[in-house]
Amino acid sequence: MTAVNVHLSAKYGADHIFENFFLRLESGKLICLLGRSGSGKSTLLHFIAGLLSADIAQGSVTADDAKPLAGRIAWMAQQDLLLPWLKVIDNITLGPLLRSNRTQQHVEKARELLKDVELRGVENHYPHELSGGMRQRVALARTLAEERPVNLLDEPFSGLDASTRYQLQGLATRLLANQTTVLVTHDPLEALRMADLIYVLDGRPARVADPVSPPGDPPRQLGNNQMGESYNQLMQQLNHPAAGDIHAA
Amino acid sequence: MPRKFLVIVVALLALWQLIVWLTQAPPFILPPPIDVGHALVVNAEQILFHARVTIIEIVVGLALGCLIGMASAWTMVRFRSVRNWFLPVLVASQALPVFAIAPVLMLWLGFGMGSKIAMATLIIYFPVTAALYDGLRNTDSGWINLARIMGASNHTVLKYIRVPAALPSLGSGLRIAAAIAPIGAVVGEWVGSSTGLGYLMLHANARAQVDLMFAALIVLAAFAVVLYFGIDYFIKRAVFWQTETSLEAT
Repeated sequence: MTAVNVHLSAKYGADHIFENFFLRLESGKLICLLGRSGSGKSTLLHFIAGLLSADIAQGSVTADDAKPLAGRIAWMAQQDLLLPWLKVIDNITLGPLLRSNRTQQHVEKARELLKDVELRGVENHYPHELSGGMRQRVALARTLAEERPVNLLDEPFSGLDASTRYQLQGLATRLLANQTTVLVTHDPLEALRMADLIYVLDGRPARVADPVSPPGDPPRQLGNNQMGESYNQLMQQLNHPAAGDIHAA
Repeated sequence: MPRKFLVIVVALLALWQLIVWLTQAPPFILPPPIDVGHALVVNAEQILFHARVTIIEIVVGLALGCLIGMASAWTMVRFRSVRNWFLPVLVASQALPVFAIAPVLMLWLGFGMGSKIAMATLIIYFPVTAALYDGLRNTDSGWINLARIMGASNHTVLKYIRVPAALPSLGSGLRIAAAIAPIGAVVGEWVGSSTGLGYLMLHANARAQVDLMFAALIVLAAFAVVLYFGIDYFIKRAVFWQTETSLEAT
């Protein structure tokens, strides 16, 4: 586990999304990047994952331990990205399969993770036999199976119905506790439920204000009155007038 | 499915008979189904002999065309230089109708099965190549990103992701191939041969044995249908995970 510093300048054509942007990802925290559609939050996450080509993005992602971050990241997206031709158990162990080094230990570990994500008796099922919520649980298990120092989550629950989403937010938060995790979302309530620190990403080029750190430990109950103040804070930042000239919606 | 099939066959035969009645077409223009059935039985030995030739031509052509097509697509995906140089040639080659080169094939490969197999191979080569190439190329970028982050090699990405993801597309290509391979073989036989159902049809036509011509046609059609649905069956099993969406609005 290690803290990570991100420096980034990125543009799509003449659209400068980031200019000399800096963000530090604290070790062992669940950090949320909150922003509207088009705020650049997903671009930032793709950059950290090393998925942006050099003609779009320049910058650096450096870990405090000075080792490269490549090969130390686990990724979870809004689409579950399960391979429909592989059984659940093989999907969870996809990483070892793709690195041609899967062992029985990986399979045992995957079975444990299936219990952790509260799925039973589905290891030999195919993804199309599962509901959307179950599939995303499998995707979460696949992410955890990688046991990476840094987890990147790109709106992982936005495709789910409200109650499933709430359950999975709680589950993911517990299972990712004390791991360095970056969660990208457009949903302030998701940020409040899951994050240790919330950065609101806004403007062109994108900036972040001081992070909001909601009271209490995640996963938080959202009915809670204490959440109100943090919620107002986030909504204020999201509705900042500076954003108005670009997102004139 | 078998019952539906039977209903369709009976309905088509009835329609055929109806047209014969309505148009009063003489038997040397459109023989009634019963005459064709009779010709089928009487000439069974002759028809079987020629059918065997055509079926071998189709099946071997299909196998060769699929193999070479799949190998070409694979090579284009693996090697950028092959892709850059070969793809334009491949596309341009389709401007040349396969039928137009049938006489050339006859000249080079002779009167026998070789030239017909070559015709069938050529006619299905392009759809198979194009289908697999497109399928291998258009893999969901989400999967590819995930695989890259996981540290996959080119080889394992192909094995676990690109190839299985390309199967539905390859399946479409194979279905087309199954449907058009008989065209290649029969056209080849028309251009020049002494055996095969295509030859038998021309031969029967020249001798005013129209019922025999139709009998050969029916055997050819029956084989084409069996071939298509056989291949369709295996494709559906191979892509069992593909969930079809209903075409009816709900």
